Amino acid sequence: MDKSGKAYWKAVLTLIAQVLAVWFVVSYGAGILFAPELNNIRLGGYPLGFWFAQQGSMYIFVIQIFVYAKLMGKIDEKFDVHEE
Amino acid sequence: MDLQTLTYIVVGLTFSLYVGIAVWARAGSTSEFYAAGGAVHPVLNGMATGADWMSAASFISMAGLISNMGYGGGLFLMGWTGGYVLLAMLLAPYLRKFGKFTVPQFFGDRYYSQAASMVGVLCLLMASLTYIIGQMTGVGVAFSRFLGVSNHTGIFIGMAIVFMYAVFGGMKGITYTQVAQYCVLILAYTIPAIFISLQLTGNPIPQFGLGGDFVGTDMTLLGKLDQVVTDLGFGKYTETTRYSTLNMFVYTASLMIGTAGLPHVIMRFFTVPTVKAARSSAGWALVFIAILYTTAPAVAAMARLNLHATINSAVKSGGDIYATESALVYEDRPDWMKRWEITGLLKFEDKNGDGRIQYYNDKSKNEAFNAKAAAAGWKGSELKVNADIMVLANPEIAMLPDWVIALVAAGGLAAALSTAAGLLLAISSAISHDLFKNILMPGLTEKGELMAGKITMACSILVAGWLGLNPPGFAAGTVAIAFGLAASSIFPALMMGIFNKKMNKEGAMAGMVAGIGVTMFYVFAHKGIFFIKGTEFLGMFGGKANFFMGIEPNAFGGIGAIVNFIVAYIVSKVTPACPEHIQHMVENVRTPRGAKAVDGSHAH
Repeated sequence: MDKSGKAYWKAVLTLIAQVLAVWFVVSYGAGILFAPELNNIRLGGYPLGFWFAQQGSMYIFVIQIFVYAKLMGKIDEKFDVHEE
Repeated sequence: MDLQTLTYIVVGLTFSLYVGIAVWARAGSTSEFYAAGGAVHPVLNGMATGADWMSAASFISMAGLISNMGYGGGLFLMGWTGGYVLLAMLLAPYLRKFGKFTVPQFFGDRYYSQAASMVGVLCLLMASLTYIIGQMTGVGVAFSRFLGVSNHTGIFIGMAIVFMYAVFGGMKGITYTQVAQYCVLILAYTIPAIFISLQLTGNPIPQFGLGGDFVGTDMTLLGKLDQVVTDLGFGKYTETTRYSTLNMFVYTASLMIGTAGLPHVIMRFFTVPTVKAARSSAGWALVFIAILYTTAPAVAAMARLNLHATINSAVKSGGDIYATESALVYEDRPDWMKRWEITGLLKFEDKNGDGRIQYYNDKSKNEAFNAKAAAAGWKGSELKVNADIMVLANPEIAMLPDWVIALVAAGGLAAALSTAAGLLLAISSAISHDLFKNILMPGLTEKGELMAGKITMACSILVAGWLGLNPPGFAAGTVAIAFGLAASSIFPALMMGIFNKKMNKEGAMAGMVAGIGVTMFYVFAHKGIFFIKGTEFLGMFGGKANFFMGIEPNAFGGIGAIVNFIVAYIVSKVTPACPEHIQHMVENVRTPRGAKAVDGSHAH
């Protein structure tokens, strides 16, 4: 792989790691591991941990994929590997 | 017009729509049969993926399960949606760039061996066949309840319908049929939910209603539910975990990885025109899925509250829940209970002989509660409710108009049929394309392969029907295991194929075999070898269920996936390195440019 190819792949992996970090925090973190503590906080009529497990993480997943798709498009153009 | 006639009309209309679309979208080439010609718009592909994905288990069983499990049911919600994030980032765009029809073909090329492709075919068949059992039993339940036919007749009708559009239309027919099926199933799911949310909270949007106040009180709906279920000896609705935090963690992971590894979902991303479209299409798929999945917890909580309120009048009035007159008199039970009693999914047994129904948790370990129940003269819970009826009976419980009930029937059937069709395509393409065309009969012409695809599709429908008639377990249980099998075999091998260019064929194959082997061993230990009753071998482990760190068999795919990664890594280090040209191919797959050039087969 040439130099710009390596840099491209590194940029891709960094983006994936960032998106996955948020993904992990909202689902496994807020939805499961820290749900009991978060349940002491209320979001409207929802206990917060319960909200993350049954509503919140899903909204965030949807946003994440579109943000990822957008940023990947930018990385593709920056390294000039986008589809013609 | 009576309900039965109305149901026939609504279901009949939706079925003629599906068949009409199938006639319009006949597949004329293998590219159309396997990948719908490779030109489906990402939004339409997202809808089709949503229908493909949301099965009888999502539509019929999931809300019922959450309703029983409370907070712990969140593992289904997060697990079955979080996998799309993995799919969008780790697999879909790269597999689209690779540009072949099937998952085993990727294994065959990336791991430069027909043996790897064969292992892929076997893993795919294990996962897809396990999955389709759940779909066919779901078809049977839905048909028998709604069309008033026997379970067996229901399955035969389902087979005939799928046959009509899947065999002739292939992926192209299935894609456009699934778009229609998505529209039917999402309307059928959300309309009753909106009605019920309005009744219970005054808010028409179920997602907000779930966090709203219970009508006529200043208590939140969830607070009310927490109070009612704890009064009846159950665990607190918003806090009950599934067995343990670790089990819930692993179960969620297993469903996420399984989602990203299920071949019938992955195949849907071969149908879009570009790599960019593959990325955004995963997002659209999740948007359409989330509409149902964020509604489901509201349906679950509201159905649970409605059920308790029907049986115990003190729930709504706020009176004494233990008073004799609070319990529903059996003779006065509503019509929907009578209808479901016929199916055997709802059972009443008057244990204390007072002619009234007491429904509570008779296995409660709470001494104070048990004393109150005993003082009230309760001698055990008298109602058995199958989780599967929660969604199907919901409109009847809330006394919604007949046309809504008929629509739910059509939605349940759409969900089961669309997933069955997607799975059948994955199965038949693995056999006709990977086994016959690429391994056994390389000289097969395109016309011959198309014919082989249609014949294997027809055979697969017969096998699926037979499995549906002789199901080895209940619908939702087998579905979770299918995810475990996909999670432990297909996902890790695909991911390493893209992200670790040094991964060689020996490592990938050893990993898949070890991962699926460990998972099957654990599942079979609990549920019998190939789910045959009486062949369980839990005795080897002192008869202790969930013997590995308290993890249940449905969740074990997460552990299987870890085993897969570790074994693959170790084996790849001690066997010959991956050839140079394969490493170059992986580098090429990683960049989007030239997606159209790579897959000449998609040109049309």
